[in-house]
Amino acid sequence: MSHEKLFPHRILPVATIMLIIVAIWYVAAILMNAPFQRDMDQRGNVVTGEMEFIARTLAQPKPILPAPHQVAQNLFDNTVMRSVTSNRSLIYHGWVTLSSTMVGFAFGTLLGILIAVGIVHVKALERSLMPWIIASQMVPILAVAPMVIVVLGAIGITGLLPKAVISTYLSFFPVAVGMVKGLRSPELIQLDLMRTYNASTAQTFWKLRVPASIPFLFTSMKVAVAASLVGAIVGELPTGAVAGIGSKLLAGAYYSQTIDIWAALIAGSVLAAVLVAIVGIVAGLVNRAMGGRPA
Amino acid sequence: MTAMNKARLHFWWQSWQGALALLLSLAALATLPLLADAPEPYNPITMFSVFLLTIAAAVCALLPLPGMLVAITLFVCTHLSAAMLIAGLAGNEGKATGALYMLVAADWLLAWRCVSLLSSVRTRSKSLDGLLRLIIPAIFGAWILILWEVATRGAGIPFILLPPPSSIAARIATSLPILWADVQQTIFKAVLAGYILGSGAGFLTAILADRFTFLRRGLMPIGNLMSALPIIGVAPIMVMWFGFDWQSKAAVVTVMTFFPMLVNTVAGLSAAGTMERDLMRSYAADYRQTLLKLRLPAAMPFIFNALKINSTLALIGAIVAEFFGTPIVGMGFRISTEIGRMNVDMVWAEIAVAALAGSVFYGVVALGERATTFWHPSNRGG
Repeated sequence: MSHEKLFPHRILPVATIMLIIVAIWYVAAILMNAPFQRDMDQRGNVVTGEMEFIARTLAQPKPILPAPHQVAQNLFDNTVMRSVTSNRSLIYHGWVTLSSTMVGFAFGTLLGILIAVGIVHVKALERSLMPWIIASQMVPILAVAPMVIVVLGAIGITGLLPKAVISTYLSFFPVAVGMVKGLRSPELIQLDLMRTYNASTAQTFWKLRVPASIPFLFTSMKVAVAASLVGAIVGELPTGAVAGIGSKLLAGAYYSQTIDIWAALIAGSVLAAVLVAIVGIVAGLVNRAMGGRPA
Repeated sequence: MTAMNKARLHFWWQSWQGALALLLSLAALATLPLLADAPEPYNPITMFSVFLLTIAAAVCALLPLPGMLVAITLFVCTHLSAAMLIAGLAGNEGKATGALYMLVAADWLLAWRCVSLLSSVRTRSKSLDGLLRLIIPAIFGAWILILWEVATRGAGIPFILLPPPSSIAARIATSLPILWADVQQTIFKAVLAGYILGSGAGFLTAILADRFTFLRRGLMPIGNLMSALPIIGVAPIMVMWFGFDWQSKAAVVTVMTFFPMLVNTVAGLSAAGTMERDLMRSYAADYRQTLLKLRLPAAMPFIFNALKINSTLALIGAIVAEFFGTPIVGMGFRISTEIGRMNVDMVWAEIAVAALAGSVFYGVVALGERATTFWHPSNRGG
């Protein structure tokens, strides 16, 4: 595996699969949109050739499955061509979602780390709190989202904060669990060494446990940032479609603007990929700064 | 510092909760009454027994008695007195005074002491250890409910903001048929169908990807990327394609559960070691035999990991997909409509049911894992 060449072993297979997916997408778009187009043509008494019919199925304003180029066109129009402050700009909506994601992610990470530190140091906390943290992973927390939004809205807290609360809620679990694992990762022999140095609990914590937990922290932060984005998007659903990727999805669903839905979906995916990539890059930088060698 | 002094200091530190609880309950006694101008205040016998129980528990926590005895006394006394306090709060919402909060705080501190005593118990008996494993988090959970109840009823927090747990429980009891219908619609139809389809398809694709290296090299980066994406966003599209009923929710669940299964199974299929593979080769085992007898069993922990992740994802997917349109039944539908009508207790009831269903679902998968991967080091015990 170490002698993998970039092009034949990585880029070529991925590119091939992507091409196949796009091809399947086009075929599916033609097949799924064809009945409606046939209907329209019959009503309008339009007689078209085979090729023109296919071209028309791929150019409907509200297709059942928009063709990739339609989505790409919509994405291009709503990001590059439109001014950033416009209500239709995807960059604007993306920014709204991103800001609550980041606030929620920051709070969630902080909370997760604090809980992990508490669990590692207080025995009673570990045995009483840890089972609940694990159990809460099995609970569909996202179901609480509309209630958080509406209840906080009822007491006058609207806008960014309620969404950030949901993001916090979703992102602190992975961090807490990962950090507990990380802070516990030093082996007995290393802890014993610290004891022979007569290190205090605080010294052991800062000089051994924290450095050992950093890789775990970044791994769980990758999960957390993705969860945080999902939380922000779902949090935008019940606010009555004001702004954000989630509201774009909801508005698209209301008015059957399928191309808009797909464009918003792609925008959200790009956002997620970029966020995870940023966490990955920061992890690499921190790892190098701490003297880690590339694995 | 002499050894004697150190020991005494240690003793006080060990039960600072007891000392603080004693101070708090005495302060509560000095600042009576517990309820300000309430129509039905506590009767003297209840008052007397609440104070007696709390103070007795606090003193008991300070005395050098055997740990197990103290823990049991604390457990009984604090929960009895908390139960009596809560029973008197119903009907007196918003009337609680500082004395009542101090008393509850004292009980809470003592329960904390009880938990830390129980946590430090070292036992060899497996059944006692299992019991402790259940009781300690149970006490913690119970106190979250108790504090929640006291805070909401005592301070008279508006019902819409946060209903007390007792009224949520009452709501669950009175609307069992509705909740059951929602569970059937969302879990038995949408979640199960989507879960089986998505996990099954992910599994089969992983086997294919394992057979054809080119496919694996192409699919894995995409699969890894997809598991970070907000797939939940396909919900409106699926509702458009498959209609309002459970089929669209099952489709969302299918898409959401596909990728974790694919990624984990492919990882699991490479888990079997070189030695074992060489052994299979020396037996002249063909691909199918190696897959069925060595590599799939070795992949089981990974597959069950995916099944566990998927059990949570499936519930979330089905519930959120219902926000985009449903027939008039289903957990997500109930949550989004009842919150619109400000029936917050019904929403909480639905969330409690969803939590229960999620835990049961996860538990069943975990039991399946125990039965299938009993050979794995993490399950062997000892």
